[in-house]
Amino acid sequence: MYSTTEHIGVNELGDMIINVGPQHPATHGVLHLVITLNGETVKKVEPHLGYIHRSIEKMCESLSYRQFIYSTSRMDYLSSHINNHGCALAVEKGLQVEIPARAEVIRVLMGELTRVASHILWWGALAMDIGAFTPFFHAFREREMINEIMEETCGARLTMNYMVPGGVMFDLHPNFHKRVKALLQQFKDKLDEYDELVTYNTIFINRTKGVGFISAEDAISYGMSGPSARASGVSCDIRKIYPYGMYDKVQFDEVLLQEGDTYARYLVRMQEIRQSLSIIEQLIDNIPEGDFQAKTKAVLKLPKGEYYSRVETARGEFGVYIVSEGGMTPYRIKFRSPGFSNLSALDHMTRGSKIGDLVATMGSLDLVIPDIDR
Amino acid sequence: MFIVDYIKSIYGAMKSMGTGMKRTAYYFTHHKEIITEQYPDNRDTLVLPERFRGEVVMTHTEQNEHRCTGCTACELACPNGTIKIVTKFDISPEGKKKKAVDKFIYHLELCTMCNLCIEACPTNAIKMAQSFEHSVFDRSQLTKVLNQPGSKLEEGVE
Repeated sequence: MYSTTEHIGVNELGDMIINVGPQHPATHGVLHLVITLNGETVKKVEPHLGYIHRSIEKMCESLSYRQFIYSTSRMDYLSSHINNHGCALAVEKGLQVEIPARAEVIRVLMGELTRVASHILWWGALAMDIGAFTPFFHAFREREMINEIMEETCGARLTMNYMVPGGVMFDLHPNFHKRVKALLQQFKDKLDEYDELVTYNTIFINRTKGVGFISAEDAISYGMSGPSARASGVSCDIRKIYPYGMYDKVQFDEVLLQEGDTYARYLVRMQEIRQSLSIIEQLIDNIPEGDFQAKTKAVLKLPKGEYYSRVETARGEFGVYIVSEGGMTPYRIKFRSPGFSNLSALDHMTRGSKIGDLVATMGSLDLVIPDIDR
Repeated sequence: MFIVDYIKSIYGAMKSMGTGMKRTAYYFTHHKEIITEQYPDNRDTLVLPERFRGEVVMTHTEQNEHRCTGCTACELACPNGTIKIVTKFDISPEGKKKKAVDKFIYHLELCTMCNLCIEACPTNAIKMAQSFEHSVFDRSQLTKVLNQPGSKLEEGVE
């Protein structure tokens, strides 16, 4: 049976069953939660998926290895660049091509800019979920600067499709260096403002501290990854464990906290913004000269076999699994998206808490619904 | 002790609210730091970067000549069937038959602006334009023929 919650309304125990979504401002997309409530206490949360299922995995089977990368930007649209990176890595593994050093640095730079943009948007959205509307606009001010960098170099603001097998599509724009420097300066000035507005706000702390707790063991058994798991003390940063690209050559810390509540997840992401900015700072002055794209054949054919690559998106571990039969199109593609596993822990995290805490917990998981449904 | 904690928490909340209001007052009095753009009004001064992908266009010279040979490389590179090329046979003055593009049909409503067709084009016949206001009242207006009527292939493009 698809759903265990059979009727909407009041069940035989006197519990109220209500819908949150699929059209609800707190779900940030078409997520449908069926919640069993005893008074104000949450007894059960049951996510219903499928409202934005576009069968991207099946679609990719009919697209060539150059073409399928664009569709992965539509999954986790807030870290589309990192998704594309993962796909390009899997194809390159099969093609056995060497990536020029310049392309590697550009990829990492763009990936970290995407991560900062994603975390900044999440910061605004979480504050808005909890009831503070102003931070949302502050977040968009900085995000707009990153979007302008993307627009200038990649040609699009959200679904960039900048990665191609063998490198990146264009060289960096001449203004890139100047704009990134301005961005770093802007963040240096404004991150304190973020702390002042939200991090040390008493109301915010009361709403988030001790809310939505999950232990490290439970986080592992639910398969959580990314900042949500690192807030529970699970070391799972793919950039550290299985370094790809330039990540083994740059200095950064994996942010780990032990509390496992919503406030810890908040602090992990705020720290990650600072870590990402320090990676950008290390790389921006040391971009090597050279080609931005390796020479590849016009028609790409992967040898028969299976290829897997994993990257760390802003939400967690993103895996690409390609099965090739030796043809121009993949035989099967599977994406391991971080949002799906993180959402599965929501029921465990919110059981027994109040319905207002459900919104805070859901916001702190940083869910992107197309990433869950694909 | 309960009363002390209660008053302390009220004081803390009021203090953090004051911090937030201070920030609001700062932006209220510093108009130069406001970055909001009045979009439809600033249309004349709006400059988009040259790489911005708005729609696919075909470049034409002043003599109404384009560079498209009708090789269908872009049609094959497109992931969602946005481009359809109808070819015809031109008869050259020597009496030879030569393949040429008759209609370069471009479905803007299907296009995802992924830039793969531009990358695939061997003669740089098409490029991305910066126009982004594509709303029309009828869907059929989004299907465009990119080569201008009466245009022909530029000399020397193979």
